[in-house]
Amino acid sequence: MSTPRSGPALAARDLVKTYPQGRGKPPLTALDGLSFEAAPGTVFGLLGPNGAGKSTTVKILSTLARADSGRAFVAGIDVGADPAGVRRAIGFVAQKQVSDPMDTGLENLLLAGRLHGMGARRARERAEELLDRFGLAGAARRQVKTYSGGMIRKLDVAVGLMHRPRVLFLDEPTTGLDPEARAEMWAEIERMAAGERMTVLLTTHYLEEADRLAARLAIVDGGRVVAEGSPEQLKSELRGDAVLVQPRDRARLPEARAAVGGVSVFREVGIVGRAVHARADDGGAALPQALAALEAAGVPVASATVSRPSLDDVYLAHTGRSFAAAEERHARAEAEGVAA
Amino acid sequence: MTVLAHTGALTLRQLRAAWRVPAFVVMNVVQPLTWLLLFGQLFTSVVDIPGFEGGSSYLEFLTPGIVMMMALFGSAWAGTSYVQDMERGVMDRFLTSPASRGALMVSTLVYQAVLTVVQTLIVLAVALLGGARFGGGAPGVLVLLLAAMLLTASFSALSNAAALLARSQNALIGLSQLVTIPLMFLSSALMDTRLSAGWLDRVAAFNPFEWAVVASREALGGQGRDWPSIAGHLGLLAAFTAVLAWVATRAFRTYQRSA
Ligand SMILES: Nc1ncnc2c1ncn2[C@@H]1O[C@H](COP(=O)(O)OP(=O)(O)O)[C@@H](O)[C@H]1O
Ligand SMILES: [Mg+2]
Repeated sequence: MSTPRSGPALAARDLVKTYPQGRGKPPLTALDGLSFEAAPGTVFGLLGPNGAGKSTTVKILSTLARADSGRAFVAGIDVGADPAGVRRAIGFVAQKQVSDPMDTGLENLLLAGRLHGMGARRARERAEELLDRFGLAGAARRQVKTYSGGMIRKLDVAVGLMHRPRVLFLDEPTTGLDPEARAEMWAEIERMAAGERMTVLLTTHYLEEADRLAARLAIVDGGRVVAEGSPEQLKSELRGDAVLVQPRDRARLPEARAAVGGVSVFREVGIVGRAVHARADDGGAALPQALAALEAAGVPVASATVSRPSLDDVYLAHTGRSFAAAEERHARAEAEGVAA
Repeated sequence: MTVLAHTGALTLRQLRAAWRVPAFVVMNVVQPLTWLLLFGQLFTSVVDIPGFEGGSSYLEFLTPGIVMMMALFGSAWAGTSYVQDMERGVMDRFLTSPASRGALMVSTLVYQAVLTVVQTLIVLAVALLGGARFGGGAPGVLVLLLAAMLLTASFSALSNAAALLARSQNALIGLSQLVTIPLMFLSSALMDTRLSAGWLDRVAAFNPFEWAVVASREALGGQGRDWPSIAGHLGLLAAFTAVLAWVATRAFRTYQRSA
């Protein structure tokens, strides 16, 4: 048995991981010196767009993949030195479905229990408890291939929880779920985090999800952590409201930007998509000034909004582009990769 | 002990899946049965060729050959279940659990061997209905089953290794076309090699598929059985199986490196 430890439940230090890309191409750097620490008993979020390196991080921490360099500790155990010890301590819910579609829900749970050395009786009790808790008792004896997407994802999480792991990995647990199933899963994760004494590493590319579930989070971009803290901290570091003004004519964006930039209360003035984005301590008071400047410059305005800082703003401030733009860029790169 | 428990639990998972789609198991026997009845009827006069020393009934000569062909061709596709598990994320879940790589490998070999036993018994029953009689009795049948299981396990290991390295079904197509068919022709499964070119006989001596055919045919034969030869061929087959299972288990490392 490994002894309980104080200190972080999860620690990644300077993780680097590259993937070969075939002849003539340089290797792809998936992780580029990624580091973070998560305290025991908390939900820690890794937030980033597709391709940021979240799944790669989870694979390394769960012993599925090996880092090129850097070290990682899970429940105080060195991932490189004692992978078997890590495997006893973790539950793993991959981005892909992990339940066997050919087995029933109950069989999936019992098998997970067996692999973790639980006796038949104890495994059965735990499986029934989890099936009840996730509302799957009625479907327990049906093959998983007959389940809905939301049910499968719940079973995946239940399978990960069978042996009461000290650390649970949830890689994008709600991606692909409809809003209703997502809301249910969120409630489930919240209850679980409160009820079981364990650390959860949650990855997501939904800002809303990270905001709601994670006590602390790291924003990942290009294989590195660009910001770390509680969602509130990260947002308050931005000091100020976001002001977004969209000119009626897209071609006049540069003029609009110059006009807003000329008003002294605005900082970080830039163009995001079809709008001019700026920050001001008191957005409500600043907005009329921006509109006056635009009117003076003769640029007609289609819309103008003021918002409290969101995680999207945090992302923008640290990476220089909006979350949506990063997602789009990755999708394009993937498509080109396929075409090539 | 835990390795045994893990192997058992993982083998049962696969048997459950097969039990739910029994048509799949039955389909695999249809082709061998067709060969057995077709060849057994068409070529009854093969035994009259001067120099043929395989006994007086071609059906009896053919039966162990057909059983081993079924085992060989079936196990070339064994890696399919790994490919499916990899696509489904089930493999990643097992690899992050305390189950050892050895248990993950051996459980699929045991599962495939169990299927082979069921299929072999079906083929044997049909041969008996077709008029074949085996003087070797129960010991002969046991050797036939053991040889078929070892052959299945060894080539299932090879198929699993191909699946882990290539992560696709395509590699298995290559395996079944480029490896198993030549092995079948370089053997006495269908024809006494003493009737073929001399080099074939010598090459066949190094063919694991031939070891299984020779051992089981000798054991089924009855009177004057060459037990040392049977034991020798089974021993070679067992060693071959152990080596391939070990190599295939190592292939998990490569899978992990590219994960
Ligand atoms: N097995 C792999 N082989 C090659 N490239 C990979 C592999 N897994 C991930 N990548 C690449 O590494 C980068 C990071 O991927 P990933 O960790 O899956 O990101 P995320 O989970 O944040 O969407 C991406 O560019 C992705 O295409
Ligand atoms: Mg991912």
